[in-house]
Amino acid sequence: MSATLPQAPTRDADLAESPRRRARRATLGGWALIAPSLAIIFAFTLYPIGLSVFDSFTGQGGKLSLEQFSAMADDEILHKVFRNNIVFALFTGPISIVIALAMALWVNGRIRGRGFLRLAFFTPTVLPMVAAASIWLYFYTPGYGPIDTLMHAIGLPGHNWLGDPATALPSIMVVTIWKEAGFFMIFYLAGLQNMPPELEEASMLEGASAWYHFRRVTLPLLMPTTLFVTVVAVTTSFKQVEHIFVMTRGGPDNASSLLLFYIYKVAFTFYDQHYAAILTLVLVLTLLLLAFLQFRFLEKRTHYQ
Amino acid sequence: MNEPLSDAAARAGQLLVTAGAWLCAILWLAPLLYAVWASFHGAADETRFSLAAPWTFANYIEAWHAAPFGRYYLNTIVLVIGILIGQLVLSTLAAYAFAMVDFRGSQFAFWLVLVQLIIAPDVLITENYNTMARLGLVDTLTAIGLPFIASAFAIFLLRQTFKSIPKELDEAAELEGCSRLQRLWRVYVPLARPTYVAFALVSVSAHWNTFLWPIVVTNRPEARPLTVGLAIFAGQEAGVSWATLSAATMIIVAPLLIAFLIFQRQFVQSFMRTGIR
Repeated sequence: MSATLPQAPTRDADLAESPRRRARRATLGGWALIAPSLAIIFAFTLYPIGLSVFDSFTGQGGKLSLEQFSAMADDEILHKVFRNNIVFALFTGPISIVIALAMALWVNGRIRGRGFLRLAFFTPTVLPMVAAASIWLYFYTPGYGPIDTLMHAIGLPGHNWLGDPATALPSIMVVTIWKEAGFFMIFYLAGLQNMPPELEEASMLEGASAWYHFRRVTLPLLMPTTLFVTVVAVTTSFKQVEHIFVMTRGGPDNASSLLLFYIYKVAFTFYDQHYAAILTLVLVLTLLLLAFLQFRFLEKRTHYQ
Repeated sequence: MNEPLSDAAARAGQLLVTAGAWLCAILWLAPLLYAVWASFHGAADETRFSLAAPWTFANYIEAWHAAPFGRYYLNTIVLVIGILIGQLVLSTLAAYAFAMVDFRGSQFAFWLVLVQLIIAPDVLITENYNTMARLGLVDTLTAIGLPFIASAFAIFLLRQTFKSIPKELDEAAELEGCSRLQRLWRVYVPLARPTYVAFALVSVSAHWNTFLWPIVVTNRPEARPLTVGLAIFAGQEAGVSWATLSAATMIIVAPLLIAFLIFQRQFVQSFMRTGIR
């Protein structure tokens, strides 16, 4: 019977069954393709995040406990370090953004030596932070470092920039600004290059000054870029610690310590893994919050275009 | 009468802007130029910027022998290449699945992947150190590189690129009897080349410069990359002379810096394209 029947029924069966079978095969194939990446991401990102949540709620004996939370509330150093981090973000972010915008405007305009300028601004971005910090470490050397030499030359007294609690963090901020501004410049450059040239022509026809055009047209149109760069700058300030390692090791008296550096110290100098776990959780939540803000801003971006 | 005056004012303004830009550029380049200068001169000429000052390689020779930089170099190169190869292979497969295969749970899996974009493995140093210790991988290059061979960032970039490739090309290849993996290899990968190049540049410079995770997971010089080597070299109790330190700094930045000077445009475009280091 099967031999006498033409192909039609089988084809029908094929049509009825194939979508489901196809879907199952696609699902299997899809998961197989992402499995290697997902395994690594699970092992070194998702699992450790879960672990830090779990460890935050357990005490020394492995029992459920909130002692890590009370330890955090009483930890003066943590408060100081977190404050440092916020100050760090509040200063390095806006300052490097303003400088980056100036750089982008310069390089985007018709200026002599454009190529050279862009090269000069961008070069620090390519350097490893460790190398940049090593160079600046020498610049800040009290007595004979280039900065003190310059100060002496104009009749000012020298200063122990990295050894004074008042100037240690600002000195590191300068290095960060120097290194990041050129990186942010390229985003502004992209923003400026995407701007329709008719806008400038219209302003010129209306007789608007260059400053007016910048303030009322260019700056508002660059707003999405500014928001994006702001979040990147703040995020970086929570993730970057190389300069602290090389220049001050967080000192003097934690004056220049940042959250991630403190986590490193708690985990690998004080060997307090449970406490390090809850600090990590704080950092994770901070980064998630920043990512959420960035997501919101990036969505807004479309309204301008 | 009014015209030439405002013309002159405009020209003066332009001059001022140019001067400001150049001043800023010189300020920005000065620290690096100064380090280059110091690395090629004796201690006496460190601050004497005279063309007559004799140039020397002595600092480089001293730095090279003061720490196992040869070993560090090898480690960094192996690490950077290993990570890149891992990233390219794993991310291509995953990106293809996310872009072209309509499978159950893909949305959920994609969200899981994106978590890594926000929280990188080197933020979770304590937990990941413990994992590596349990695996017996502490003090190995594998431990430094393994967490990074999967890259949410690469997956994200490649997925976008694959999605922008016209479906007709894929269908044409399918009609010719190409299997899924063959299509990926013959159609998608070649067309995504600019994305691969951009990602490779960003990945190599990021991992050439990485520091925190390597210093956490290595204790012995045998597994240390250049950055950690330099930081330890700079932080010696006895102190290092600036001449030697500047030479050591140049040793670790030279390859990347030279590559950047040659492929400037590609670097800038890659960073712009990807928006992350």
